[in-house]
Amino acid sequence: MELYMSLAIGVLFAVGVYLILSKSLLRIILGTSLITHGIHLLLLTTARLKTGAAPLLGENAESYVDPIPQALILTSIVISFGVTSFFFVLAYKAYQRLGTDDMEELRGQEDE
Amino acid sequence: MNNLVVLPLLIPLLTAVILIFLSKRVKAQRWISIISVVINIIATVLLVAQVQNDGIQTLFMGGWMPPYGIVFVADMFAVLLVLTTLVVTAACLLYAFRTIGAQREKYYFYPFVQFILAGVVGSFLTGDLFNLFVCFEVMLIASYALIVLGGTKRQLRETIKYVLINIISSSLFVAAMAYLYGVVGTLNMAHLSVRVAEAGQGGILNVIALMFLIVFALKAGLFLFYWLPGSYSVPPTAVTALFGALLTKVGLYAIIRTFTLIFYHDQAFTHNIIAWLAAATMVLGGLGAVAYKDIHRILNYNVVISVGFITFGLAVATKESLDGTVLYLMHDMIAKALMFILGGMIIAAAGTNKLSEMGGLIKRYPLIGWMFFILTLALVGIPPLSGFPGKVLMVRGGISQGDILLTIVAVASSLIVLYSLIRVFIGAFWREDYLLPIRDQKKWHGTAYVSVVGLFILVIVLGLGSEWVYSYAGQAGEVLANPSIYIDAVLKE
Repeated sequence: MELYMSLAIGVLFAVGVYLILSKSLLRIILGTSLITHGIHLLLLTTARLKTGAAPLLGENAESYVDPIPQALILTSIVISFGVTSFFFVLAYKAYQRLGTDDMEELRGQEDE
Repeated sequence: MNNLVVLPLLIPLLTAVILIFLSKRVKAQRWISIISVVINIIATVLLVAQVQNDGIQTLFMGGWMPPYGIVFVADMFAVLLVLTTLVVTAACLLYAFRTIGAQREKYYFYPFVQFILAGVVGSFLTGDLFNLFVCFEVMLIASYALIVLGGTKRQLRETIKYVLINIISSSLFVAAMAYLYGVVGTLNMAHLSVRVAEAGQGGILNVIALMFLIVFALKAGLFLFYWLPGSYSVPPTAVTALFGALLTKVGLYAIIRTFTLIFYHDQAFTHNIIAWLAAATMVLGGLGAVAYKDIHRILNYNVVISVGFITFGLAVATKESLDGTVLYLMHDMIAKALMFILGGMIIAAAGTNKLSEMGGLIKRYPLIGWMFFILTLALVGIPPLSGFPGKVLMVRGGISQGDILLTIVAVASSLIVLYSLIRVFIGAFWREDYLLPIRDQKKWHGTAYVSVVGLFILVIVLGLGSEWVYSYAGQAGEVLANPSIYIDAVLKE
């Protein structure tokens, strides 16, 4: 199971990196969110995907899955959600003020 | 257990929350934010005294013993950096009062500063890797807001790059943490150190160590600094001073902490790479500092050079060079804040940031001119001033370890700093014939001068009183050189 997850995560990373290297700002933002998905699945996967009950004591099970990565992922999800929404608004504002979403045209000063 | 440890984090956090409610009342915001920083400085001074007398102070959140809960650890290194951070923030706030403008002040400038402070202080004090990530994000999200606040075209453009690079590095941080958790199964730094020592660092753990190095190098501007010169030249002076003094130093702190506490077993591998990165950073930063005629760029590349120089102290990794690193880090935070504020004053006075278009300012602004000159000497490391003791310890450590080439690069980088900053001094303050005719004398009011002169006096005092400062920095270097002190303090209580 871990092998398939690793392959899926690898594909998410590859597509994310490809999108980040593109010219359009929206594709870049999509790329960052794909990478974030990959990261969260990676956190889940590296903590081993053993079978076990959901981490609720009421389940009265023999074994449970590891609760720590779930807490870490939850934290990381809300953080990346906040950052992504900020990034979207920033892209919107930048489009309004600068009139382009082409990263080539956002290069900056002439002396760079 | 010592509840004082969390106060430096708690005070700015509560202040920020209060300030959000007072967003339209500028006077109240100013008073509350400066009083909160002053109270925080007092609390931190008490903490420094406790750490000096009783050793490392710890606080187990919620009473959960490590490695199960989150632990806050105040060793001398962290506490000294917290104190320096607070002093620098106080100075930047005082400067901001008169210069930042009512428009920004009404749109949550002061709460953002307090949130940055909370993130920076939290990063220094935490003893848990994931908590370090969260504190990084607190700091970074507040810095995104501060860098774009005002919304000019240049700010929007550079913020996109800054946000993008930091999202990528934060993702890599979580990935590195996922791998590390997968291998050793813990996130508490002291416990990590024990587990890494048990497992024997090599193979996969070296790969993970390098991932952390890449992540923190992106944050600190170590070799991967290409985002820095652009991003740091767009926000107003008070914000740039805050960023230049604090943000890259948090990345440096993380590198130093990780590679002295957790991944210190295979130095032939990791520290060799760190040494190359440090040398490359100094060379590339030096090229940038010499190449540009734009004050923003010159100052920003000077930040890059000093990041390389501080990493050189870590790469050498003797007790002596680590002492020097602590001393130099403190000096650099204060001196860089002063450098950016003075640079901002020069730009404001001349009305341009191009060196070729300004000149003759010494007649009208002698105080700024001479302060900038002496600050230049301090940054280079001329003996009675604050840059000297740290530099000399680091260079001595480098020679005693036989890293001659690296040491030569480090010493040469000082000359580049001298050349680039003296060029700013000569360009801005000499050349009488260039005196700009029409522009009125720009005046800075009380608090702006208080902040500049205060920082300037600190630079002098840190230099003259280096023996006294060393008694603290030596204790910090002790913990960095012997990770077992830190581990015992956290795990065996």
